Amino acid sequence: MNVQQKSWKEIAPAGVCWKPAADYQTGDWRTFRPVRDPKKCTKCLLCHMVCPDAAIKWSKETQDLEFDYDYCKGCGICANECALKAIKMVVEGGE
Amino acid sequence: MAKVDQTVLPLNGDEAVALAAKQSDVDVVAAYPITPQTIIVEKFSEYVANGEVDTEFVCTESEHSALTACLTAALTGARAFTATASAGLALMHEIVYVTAGCRAPVVMAVTNRALSAPINIHCDHSDAMAERDSGWIQIWAENSQETYDSVIQAFRIAEHPDLLTPVMVNLDGFFLSHTLERVQVLPDEEVRKFVGTRQFPLVTDTEGNAVPFKLDPTRPLTVGPLDMPDYYFEHKRQQEDAMSQAPKIIREVHDEYAELTGRRYGNSFVDGYRLEDAKIATVCLGSVAGTTKTVVDELRTQGIKAGILRIRAFRPMPTEDIQKALVDIKALAVMDRSNSVGGNGGPLFHEIRHTLYDAETRPYMVNYIYGLGGRDMPPKIIQNIYKELNEISKTGQVKRLVQFAGVRE
Amino acid sequence: MVTIKELAEKPELFTSGHRACAGCGPAIALRYIMKALRGPTIVTEATGCMEVVSTIYPYTAWKVPWVHTAFENAAANASGIEAALKAMQRKNRLGYEHVDVIALAGDGGTYDIGIQALSGAAERGHDFLYVLYDNEGYMNTGIQRSGGTPHGASTTTSPAGSVIPGKVQYKKPIAEIMVAHEIPYVGTASIGYWLDVIAKVQKGLDAKGPAFLHLFAPCPRGWRSETSKTVEIARLAVETCIFPLWEVVDGEYALSPQSKAIALRPEKKKPVAEYLKTQRRFAHLFTPRFEYVVKEIQDDVDKHWNQLLQKCNITVSVPLKN
Repeated sequence: MNVQQKSWKEIAPAGVCWKPAADYQTGDWRTFRPVRDPKKCTKCLLCHMVCPDAAIKWSKETQDLEFDYDYCKGCGICANECALKAIKMVVEGGE
Repeated sequence: MAKVDQTVLPLNGDEAVALAAKQSDVDVVAAYPITPQTIIVEKFSEYVANGEVDTEFVCTESEHSALTACLTAALTGARAFTATASAGLALMHEIVYVTAGCRAPVVMAVTNRALSAPINIHCDHSDAMAERDSGWIQIWAENSQETYDSVIQAFRIAEHPDLLTPVMVNLDGFFLSHTLERVQVLPDEEVRKFVGTRQFPLVTDTEGNAVPFKLDPTRPLTVGPLDMPDYYFEHKRQQEDAMSQAPKIIREVHDEYAELTGRRYGNSFVDGYRLEDAKIATVCLGSVAGTTKTVVDELRTQGIKAGILRIRAFRPMPTEDIQKALVDIKALAVMDRSNSVGGNGGPLFHEIRHTLYDAETRPYMVNYIYGLGGRDMPPKIIQNIYKELNEISKTGQVKRLVQFAGVRE
Repeated sequence: MVTIKELAEKPELFTSGHRACAGCGPAIALRYIMKALRGPTIVTEATGCMEVVSTIYPYTAWKVPWVHTAFENAAANASGIEAALKAMQRKNRLGYEHVDVIALAGDGGTYDIGIQALSGAAERGHDFLYVLYDNEGYMNTGIQRSGGTPHGASTTTSPAGSVIPGKVQYKKPIAEIMVAHEIPYVGTASIGYWLDVIAKVQKGLDAKGPAFLHLFAPCPRGWRSETSKTVEIARLAVETCIFPLWEVVDGEYALSPQSKAIALRPEKKKPVAEYLKTQRRFAHLFTPRFEYVVKEIQDDVDKHWNQLLQKCNITVSVPLKN
């Protein structure tokens, strides 16, 4: 765990969690990373729905999908589900 | 001198518990019937059916679910109460620890009854003894009056923001739960004023805000997480720290209540009778204290300096108070209404011996396991115990450390 | 009807950073459930994969109030929360018009150890939604068999050996058991169809009283399937009628669109082997010694499918394969 260990006096009672999971970046778990071809992508948002880790975000501001590689575990569901085959899984650290 | 007028009602222990809970404005009662607690839930459901109390009464399908429901109700912000005994408490065992670990201020009455097997529905302390390590505060009542008073006090104690520790009020099964007593009860308004409304201490959420400790959609909290070895120890240490705050709060609540009603129970932790100049004494929990007091009075007329110490607050263990109360005792018998099989004595014996180990002068200590499964403890047997203590104090010889008083050999 | 864009713009209430395996079906299930909330909600969960991966102290992936107490009592947790909300509401201490209560548990905490609490809560009529995320085994503790593990599946306590071909017993019909409780809403759903899941969660929340949703969520780790195929396998389960989608509202059965399509066009029903081949927990069934089990599975699926069609009043002749 990369959290500074606190003493029993420093933590609130009752074991109430005080760190958001988002502080723990699971991106370093993956072996493959999804790479999206924006030309093929129709922004149907299906990949956003099926990602177990909510690592594909829809940005209202940019009106585009954002792949958050801080959390993506490389499962490949997005690539498998994309009807346009717009996502490819490539070896992490490769291409 | 009591501050308020009280009414005397003929109540058995169970009825006294139900009345105390009703007057304390509980929000949720989740319970499952088990002899000899049944009158508590039956009486309470009558209150509900007649609209005398505004409580969600949940008849759960087991005791495990009963305590679970009380736990989550308390975490949601409600005042929760339940009652059980014996196998029911044993079935709750997992959740008894969880309730203490989640720091939920649940109040539970236990009509102490023997654990199976063989199944026995009568008075015995084995059920509550099995929960002594759980982190709950344990108060043991001598009679139905004290039961009524202690249940009301329990809500104040449990909900104290520095404590957040559940409270178990123990009353002897059948001897107290089912026997009629003249109980002085407070007016509803006075009890309501005394218990007040729940206050919520602040804890930190994931955004660093200090928020009230309850399940609230506007201020979401995660309660009951998984601890790895890096934090479980600290959480348990916190429980011990909270328990160390308990004596002060138990005493404060007791004294405030005593001012209101005129009734005290010793110093709130221990209740000594004729101990001031006693040379021999017994230590006990629960209703046998009543019988023992009559024996002590009888012995006193014979010139024997006998006394008795009843422990009221068993958790947290009032070490100093016990040491102080027994400082001049030469021979001491610890009365256990349950046994720790193979433990060379019963649980109370272990604890009292531990407590007195560091005392400046240690009495000779012996243990009597008595009354298991509702076996009656008549004055005759108690008298013999004091006679043996007398012998021990004169000869300095302990023939047998642990004896079973009242069993047919 | 909400659009996918609106759903995508909702803040995630079950966030990234949880420690579930890559490709975890139940994690997808939880995301769908959180997308379906209609207002203030309290979630309570049983011990299991999703509880453990999302709340490793001091971290939490939950942005809703959440409580876990033990393994067998998600439904009892919900009962206590619901009772407290009712009491506080009556005494004007709640501060909300209504708070939804959702109990989440895996097949471990529902079929087996949790069934008593679930049955009790259903009988008492508490207003809550119970979602069973079914990955067909006690995955969190190492892939042991549960009452929800299907016939022929190899698990660590029902391993495929040289004599016994995996789990001997069949999957307990948990949703039918809940139908028998005569609660306002019972539904089955699969993470293969996100819109259906969201619609059914909403129906469950809308129902006044106990609602039960049986949500099929494959576990690539326990089932030894490709992590990328989790959602596809969840669809295959429906397409083979291994896990048909249906609802019972006030005693009336209705097939959901995906399963209805198959009922009306039986040629669309895929053979179970197509599904079984995707997971190595069934690999032993494709050996000469145990290939008879595939037929057992097919026969069982067909039998239950026909029974379901009858309950839904759909008369299409689908003869039991010989």
